[in-house]
Amino acid sequence: MDDPIEDDGPLTPLDPGYRSVMRIATAIWLAVLLAPAIAAEVAIPGWHGVVVIPYLLLAAAILLRLPQRRWQARGYRVADERLRVVRGLLFHSDTVVPFGRVQHIDVDQGPLERAYDIATLTVHTAGSHNASVHLPGLKHADALAMRNAIRAAIRRDTL
Amino acid sequence: MTGDRPPPDKRYVTVPATAPAPSPATLPVAAGQEESAPDDAGEPQRTDPRSFIVGAVASLGQVALPLAFGAYAVLDGEPARLLFAVPAVLAILAVSTALAYLHWYRFTYRIGASDIRVESGVIARAARSVPYERIQDVSLEQKLIPRLFGLVEVRFETGAGGKDELKLSYLTEAEGERLREVVRSQKVGAVLAPDTDTLAEPVEAAPPLFTMGPRRVVTFGLFEFSLAVVAVVAGAAQQFDFLLPFDLWDFDAWQDRLAGPGRWLAGLGVAAQIAGGIIAVATFLAIGFATGLVRTALREWDFRLERTDKGLRRRRGLLTRTDVVMPIHRVQALRIGTGAVRRWFGWRELKLVSLAQDSGSANHSVAPFAQAEEIAPIVAVTGFHLPGEGLQWQRATSQYRTDRVVLAGLALSAMTIGLAVAGQGWLVAVPPLGFAIIAALEFANWRFVANGFDASQLFTRRNFLAPRIAIASRVKLQSVEISQGPIARRRGYATLSLGLAGGKFAIAGISLERARQLRAAVLESIAGRDFSELV
Repeated sequence: MDDPIEDDGPLTPLDPGYRSVMRIATAIWLAVLLAPAIAAEVAIPGWHGVVVIPYLLLAAAILLRLPQRRWQARGYRVADERLRVVRGLLFHSDTVVPFGRVQHIDVDQGPLERAYDIATLTVHTAGSHNASVHLPGLKHADALAMRNAIRAAIRRDTL
Repeated sequence: MTGDRPPPDKRYVTVPATAPAPSPATLPVAAGQEESAPDDAGEPQRTDPRSFIVGAVASLGQVALPLAFGAYAVLDGEPARLLFAVPAVLAILAVSTALAYLHWYRFTYRIGASDIRVESGVIARAARSVPYERIQDVSLEQKLIPRLFGLVEVRFETGAGGKDELKLSYLTEAEGERLREVVRSQKVGAVLAPDTDTLAEPVEAAPPLFTMGPRRVVTFGLFEFSLAVVAVVAGAAQQFDFLLPFDLWDFDAWQDRLAGPGRWLAGLGVAAQIAGGIIAVATFLAIGFATGLVRTALREWDFRLERTDKGLRRRRGLLTRTDVVMPIHRVQALRIGTGAVRRWFGWRELKLVSLAQDSGSANHSVAPFAQAEEIAPIVAVTGFHLPGEGLQWQRATSQYRTDRVVLAGLALSAMTIGLAVAGQGWLVAVPPLGFAIIAALEFANWRFVANGFDASQLFTRRNFLAPRIAIASRVKLQSVEISQGPIARRRGYATLSLGLAGGKFAIAGISLERARQLRAAVLESIAGRDFSELV
């Protein structure tokens, strides 16, 4: 009954490049939110920095901690022709997709991901729930290799 | 990239369209290559260059009107402004054309040995791989403008269904046909059932599995009493009573109306008023029952379910008679439900959950109103079985139920305080009453709601008031997810969500240990069989 892929088998961490990508994305969000903070600062007469300074401190803390923790919370494992994707800091989820249930496979790269040579692997299943399972933060070459492995497994199963 | 194949040519056919279904071993790409192969796909090809023109023409249609309005507004009777306007428009057109060209240029597809692969995107890159084994069908679609150019849109349909399908727009008709042939010949060897959802040939099987005569339909209709309609009519009667020739709520007037043949009744005073009230209520009840009866009769008249060699065939309906065939191998799960009242008379409904891509609703009612002994044989035909006597049912954790009650309590006490502060008098009592009901229901459900599994199936039992049983085949599930929110994590329970084609199957609030046990059981079953053996 006890299968190696279930329970707390060792997870493969994502590429460190993904942490950088998350950090940049977070930084962009924080920069966008800086605008209302500055607006509030301007609205309050006199330059005391009562809004901007706490905001910047908070932003620095978020930027330092959050991407790291989110990155740590994620991981994957491929074993026994199954892909297991674990994610979520607050809302934790642990998904297993057997290769034999994969319909088709995407390997996508956004501009930031391309800069770090990483990719997102997406497997599509026929189920209504978890119709698409995303696994970001793989080295591009690893994602392609994984795609080939899944495809080969599908082929072997049907022949 | 460099395969041991003939030099590639744009029109080179990986598998000749005329080839009589080659076995996989004789495919141009040797099996040996497939193992090593990070890139066993054929040469990248672009869609037909004219598809770019089609896109331009189509977008021109969308742009023309705003452009005309813009021109009208800008020029405003001063043609000199054309000097600026024309170059601006031309520049916009040039940029959008260049972008469209780039998109077209970067969109390539390959017909490989084991899959069809599409790569696209200028800045963000996307690559999709669809294994031949998963392609159910290739459809060619021609809209008006592409048709003028002799182009088709080629869609590859997989079990994933809907939006995530792969499509190539546009290819020449010949190329489209060729792709269809390639996919069909590649698929030989894989098990693929033809699509049989359409009308069945009249292959009559022995006696029907389940029928509903007029008597059953009428009984069913009575249970379909529509409270919603009653509420609407009652509301309307109050709102639009000026339209009625008499006042429905005026019991004195009823008294007068009864004064004719029922003069003796009028003499009874209070009794007559009560009679009036009863008549008003009875009217609404009659409307509710009549609506239920009519709706049910229209839908379910002469219901018959038969077993044909293509699957379960259901015919029903009075004015619109529908005829649906549900292939048995496509049934993914069963649902048995009942109502809060009809359960006491033993009436249940059996529904089949079938593959998502089946047209229309994925849930097919095969026995809308039946007794247990009528449902059992249908369940047997579908290859499923009902939960056995020895099944180990397991409840959700008490933490999960407690948390639900506590959360409801918090929300409702906030409401109570709000009402008390607003000085709403007796309304303050409503939230606590609601809380008492919720708590009682949660307690009952804690005892009732359960899940279980046996060698081939998974079962859930829900809803204490109107019990529902869901039965899923372990092998036909697509994925398994264990998820936990912040509270659940702290309190040690989880939700198990199973990927089911055409429906949902989730078990909430079970212990993490139980979730893992169920997951192990499901994954163990799935490992045995590939998706293509199931559809």
